Amino acid sequence: MAGGSIPVPGGLGSAADVAATEADGATWLEHLHSWVVTVDHKKLGVMYVLYALLFLVVGGIEALIIRIQLFFPDNHFVSAETFNRVFTMHGTTMIFFVAMPIVFGFGNYLMPLMLGVRDMAFPRLNAFSFWMSAFGGLLLYYSFIGGVGLQGAGSAPDVGWWAYAPLTSRAFSRGHSTDYWALALIVSGFGSIGAAINFIATAFCMRCKGMTLFRMPLFVWLYVVSSGLVLVAVSPLTAAQVMLTIDRYLGGHFFDTQAGGSAVVWAHFFWIFGHPEVYVLVLPAFAIINEVVPVFSRKAIFGYPAMVAASVGIGFVSLGVWAHHMFTIGMTSISNAFFVLSTMLVGIPTGIKIFNWIATMWGGKIRYRTPMLFAVGFLVQFLIAGLTGIILSVAPFNWQLHNSYFVIAHFHYVIVGAILFAIFSGIYYWFPKVTGRMLDERLGKWNFWLFVIGFHVCFDVMHIPGVLGMPRSIYTYEADRGWTGLNQIVSVGAIIQGIAIAILVYNMIHSALKGQEAGPDPWDAWTLEWATNSPPPPYNFAIEPVARSRRPLWDLKHPNDPDEPLEEG
Amino acid sequence: MTTPAHGHAADSDWRLPSRGRVGMFSLILAESAIFVIFVVAYVYNIGRSTFGPQPRQVLELPILNTIFLLSSSGTILMAERALVKRAMAAFIAWWALTIALGAIFLLGTAQEWHKLITKDGLTISTNLFGTTFYSLVGLHASHVIVGLVMLSAVLVFTLLGALKPEHTEKVEVLALYWHFVDWVWVVVFSVVYVIGR
Repeated sequence: MAGGSIPVPGGLGSAADVAATEADGATWLEHLHSWVVTVDHKKLGVMYVLYALLFLVVGGIEALIIRIQLFFPDNHFVSAETFNRVFTMHGTTMIFFVAMPIVFGFGNYLMPLMLGVRDMAFPRLNAFSFWMSAFGGLLLYYSFIGGVGLQGAGSAPDVGWWAYAPLTSRAFSRGHSTDYWALALIVSGFGSIGAAINFIATAFCMRCKGMTLFRMPLFVWLYVVSSGLVLVAVSPLTAAQVMLTIDRYLGGHFFDTQAGGSAVVWAHFFWIFGHPEVYVLVLPAFAIINEVVPVFSRKAIFGYPAMVAASVGIGFVSLGVWAHHMFTIGMTSISNAFFVLSTMLVGIPTGIKIFNWIATMWGGKIRYRTPMLFAVGFLVQFLIAGLTGIILSVAPFNWQLHNSYFVIAHFHYVIVGAILFAIFSGIYYWFPKVTGRMLDERLGKWNFWLFVIGFHVCFDVMHIPGVLGMPRSIYTYEADRGWTGLNQIVSVGAIIQGIAIAILVYNMIHSALKGQEAGPDPWDAWTLEWATNSPPPPYNFAIEPVARSRRPLWDLKHPNDPDEPLEEG
Repeated sequence: MTTPAHGHAADSDWRLPSRGRVGMFSLILAESAIFVIFVVAYVYNIGRSTFGPQPRQVLELPILNTIFLLSSSGTILMAERALVKRAMAAFIAWWALTIALGAIFLLGTAQEWHKLITKDGLTISTNLFGTTFYSLVGLHASHVIVGLVMLSAVLVFTLLGALKPEHTEKVEVLALYWHFVDWVWVVVFSVVYVIGR
């Protein structure tokens, strides 16, 4: 425990003393047991992240299979059936078993530490939620073995991650693959709802003395809004999956058009979940950026109340935009107009956020360490992703580009260019806290530059075949379409990104074992997670801290120059 | 961490909301979203059933059943008040009455379904109406069952003498869930038996 890099009177030394005796002389079986039965928010957080990174590699391999198949026209690297399975599994895995668990992992690990308390509000619910999510992922991948079913049809699900009716009915989707898909999402959905309840209860009910709501780090605020969205948006997906299961197993008619049911209703239910889901994922990305940008600009965040208001605003607006995924489905022009306008409205609060991040950096002493590099990458790419989003929100333009590679490029810009960049920024920023060792900076720079180059080669270029008319989800194309060269560039970009992620994985393993010792506060940060040891002892803080401002650790380091006490205190 | 010397007076009145309540309200919000989706599916599909029995032909207003369920919201409130005063005999009586009312409601639903299935030949797969009806009413009934299981657990613990004063808040949190189950029925009742008929 390399304490003492912070001039904190008394505190750290005493925490370090008690922590040292833990986990000595345990066999590997006892170690494993301690992880399986744990209710500790830090261990659960680490397991969430590791589980997500495992699935990131799996989903990434699926992405590479897609890109290899599309490298040449009329290619037969995989069959059409396999291609359908691969892109379905790629989408489902990346959203539900990479992005969701990784943001939950960050929240679990950090929220109690930032709030200066010892655990989440409901530690056992927390463990339950993690294992539900984990088993959901296993259930989905078990479909490769178990999906065949009595009719001998199918293996993994092949209905697309949006699974539009009536393709999912028993007549068109034989075997059990679609059932595994639905059950996996129901199970992991219960996990997500449990985690969201826990985040909200923790933020409101588990705060150290003096940590008023408006002194909470913005990270915590963003998780509150994101969790609220999980409650009202993931639940509809669970409901819709139950309906699908009723249709498939009990002979129900919800989405059976011949009996008066409606396939369009499925699309509505799916996107009532599906669009807020983007914000469920991007708000935690904002949360990470809100912590990284001030620390590496050496300035307090600009416009804290505006950031909170904008986050809550995004949360509300995002609930009313879902049908912009459905402009080509044939809605009335009034609905079209409504969803065009509500979608454009999202641009206002997100604009406020981008403005505030730039204003935080403005005039700051910016340190371009790896976390900050990823954060700057996030800013630029999130802005571009937002701009193509505004383009696509215009219904007549959307009619031209819907279900083309332009849409694929747009949402990968959001999910990879913004969310994944923010997550990588967070990994580089908090890795020292979790392991006690720094990630290697040289490998980090390689990781960043390869990833940023691979990203732009892949997804910038991907817009063009979309504009030229290349539809999504096709397993191959003819040579005379003029898409060949563009697809090859995109595939090369994908491979470069794969190499960058391999470097990250290597860097994490290497640095966890041999990295430079970090000490409690390697970045000279201001939030409470840096006030305890790295890694923190099981009880986090030997003595519960007290918050006097939004930057409690700044106050402790600078007792003669504390932040102004706030009115709300 | 050390506590800075100033400001101890402000710390003594450091109060945080009950995590049980906040957690339960969050769960109720999530549950409400699930019910909204099933209610929307029901309302959207009213009159779209192309064959088989229609609501007007087979459904009867379950007025008595509704009174039983809604009054259980009142009895559980009385039970909570008795518990706060530690009047345990009254608590047990009101609590047991709540369970009885919930059970009678379930029996009423079972009777209704039995009639629909055997006499009218309406099952979940008969037509679109059957699908939406059984899933919405069944969703609610399954919540009543979960509620009854938890209420019964509290009753057993109380009879064993294990319900200590520190558990009062947990009982109140459970009662919140029961109130939710009761008042969702008002929505289900209006949609299925009033608007949908």
